[in-house]
Amino acid sequence: MRQSFCQLVKLLRKPDLLAVLTLEQWDLLIPQARHSLLLGHLSILVDRQGVREKIPSVIMRHLDSVKVVSDKQIHSVNWELRKLGEAYDTAEDSIILLKGAAYAVAGLQASQGRLFSDIDLLVSKQHIDYVERILSLHGWVSGHHNDYDGRYYRQWMHEIPPLRHMQRGTVLDVHHTILPPTGRYHPNPQKLIQSAREVVNGVKVLCPEDMVIHSAAHLFHEGEFEHGLRDLVDLQELLAQFDQSEPGFWQRLVPRAIELDLLRPLYYGLHYVQTLLGVSLPDEIVTQTNAAQPNALMRIVMDCLFEHAFAPDHPSCDRALTGLARWMLYVRSHYLRMPLYLLLPHLIRKAWKSHMDTPEKLELNIDGLQLPKPKVNRWHFWAK
Amino acid sequence: MNSTIGSLGLAEFSRVLKTSGVTLKTGPFSYHIKSSLPAVQQGLHLLYADYALCTEAAFADFHISMNPVNSLRRWVRPKIHFCMDHKSPFLPMPLKQGLAFMEWGMNWCISNHVNDYVKLHAAVLEKNGRALIMPGAPGAGKSTLSAALTLRGWRLLSDEHALVSLTGAMVTPLCRPVGLKNASIEVIKGFDSGAVIGPLSEDTHKGTVAHLKADLHSDSQSDTPVKAAWVIFPRYSPGSSTRLEKKQKAETFLSAAKQSFNYSLLGERGYQSMVDLISACDCYDFVYSNLNEAIETFNNLKEPV
Repeated sequence: MRQSFCQLVKLLRKPDLLAVLTLEQWDLLIPQARHSLLLGHLSILVDRQGVREKIPSVIMRHLDSVKVVSDKQIHSVNWELRKLGEAYDTAEDSIILLKGAAYAVAGLQASQGRLFSDIDLLVSKQHIDYVERILSLHGWVSGHHNDYDGRYYRQWMHEIPPLRHMQRGTVLDVHHTILPPTGRYHPNPQKLIQSAREVVNGVKVLCPEDMVIHSAAHLFHEGEFEHGLRDLVDLQELLAQFDQSEPGFWQRLVPRAIELDLLRPLYYGLHYVQTLLGVSLPDEIVTQTNAAQPNALMRIVMDCLFEHAFAPDHPSCDRALTGLARWMLYVRSHYLRMPLYLLLPHLIRKAWKSHMDTPEKLELNIDGLQLPKPKVNRWHFWAK
Repeated sequence: MNSTIGSLGLAEFSRVLKTSGVTLKTGPFSYHIKSSLPAVQQGLHLLYADYALCTEAAFADFHISMNPVNSLRRWVRPKIHFCMDHKSPFLPMPLKQGLAFMEWGMNWCISNHVNDYVKLHAAVLEKNGRALIMPGAPGAGKSTLSAALTLRGWRLLSDEHALVSLTGAMVTPLCRPVGLKNASIEVIKGFDSGAVIGPLSEDTHKGTVAHLKADLHSDSQSDTPVKAAWVIFPRYSPGSSTRLEKKQKAETFLSAAKQSFNYSLLGERGYQSMVDLISACDCYDFVYSNLNEAIETFNNLKEPV
């Protein structure tokens, strides 16, 4: 893949450039990183490079301001987990955390400087009604969804509608498997659950291989790539950590992906971590995952699409066809998620609804200042 | 040479604001602003006339713009977008609320993206090198009071955010226009005929809003931190006599923390910062109905020992 000209991607490839950036370069980099949710990660990179004193304080304040939020989230999720543990006391399963919350509770380096908007849980399908009842007794209730949304989630998706805590506002996404059952890949969730590792009392996270495979699968089934680059950085961080901390990790990774029917998504994940972020992987892993690569034409198309999609959603990174590429990947994600006879009615319905919906009502801000409701602000519930 | 925004004619300023944009430095933060809206252009040109004109800054903390949603909507209930870093965090607002929306948006940038200070929702003023912090719920009359104090020789440090240092009880100035609402607009016009007040933003969720040009002091553009001396909770009460009453420090701590945007986010550092602040300050509740009496009371405040 051609090396992207985008400032942020360039920097993620070569963090030693951090120390020599000009103010003009920071002027582009900070908005790009803000959009990609990677500002906190830059703060971590600065410290890893040991170049803090070389960065102007007017810059460092922005990186560290996000790090403050991230630290608070890590603290809060651990606290929230105690509450979850209390709620779950009587349930038969243990809780399995996924993604951001899992990284935070397991103390993985991927959690440092990272923001997350909700807590993702995995539970067995046969327990899901029970779990939902227990959680509702402890204050987590389903948000404002109409019947159609509820049915869409329960019937076709791999999760129930998000549950929001009545007082604290924290949001739980409860999944019974990691990919939609209507989709092309069908990893057996029981296998993931059986291999999960306990990190705190009654709370588990996926084992290292599964965590990496899930991270890759999630990334390449998302419809919106607003945070695609961040998800790719997650993968990079997980690989770097498990390479050091988990003996036999690389030997187990590919066989496990085959067992879970997720070798193709793993191929994509590892491919873009190498080409975009410049990560080097063991040769045999590259050879083994290449077995799952698509044909040559498809590779060219996908490389081209993903190169656009991973660029931060900022005008400085847009080129001709970026919009088209994002749209094609959006369609692709839905196509992977469900067959056309389900997909078409759903997309038509969604298009109609977004056309008919009146703007959401004003939201009270902390200072009593009513501003129109921010469109994307789930993480800010943590900030208070 | 350092020229100011006001040194440019309105037409030329509007053209620059619409095309390359202008970087506005207020206190420790700079905004790169672009807008094609006449109300925003006029408002900025008037209210920020004495701010440095900067069209080629290397770096801005926030890149913001205010523009119509799209050209087709220009004729029917026109709406505008506030964008930060080319993304609109809010739903569009009606055109006639332009300037107020812009000022709120600028506040929002700081409320949501800055954590190297403890930020209190408060007006801050300075006299003789000591800062007065007035936290207050909306409607308590703190903007009217700070506008009046500003017009009578106090230096406005901020109408919205007290930027309190993490140690040492220092407040960093962030001087921008004071937002006046509804009846306050006429009160301030009547209080001082020389007051420069910008265009009205009508029918906002707070009613009619207009802004007072508040950089009236020779040091208004300075961002040098000032030592905090007083924390006072004002309350406008029609017909009441002027009363300044000592407030317990513990109670002040709790009330002020409640008015903070990021006290809990900062955890122990937030707590330490507030301890330093409240320890260094004399704390009061203040009830007023007469602005002149209020100013006299504040002019007679003694520095904490």
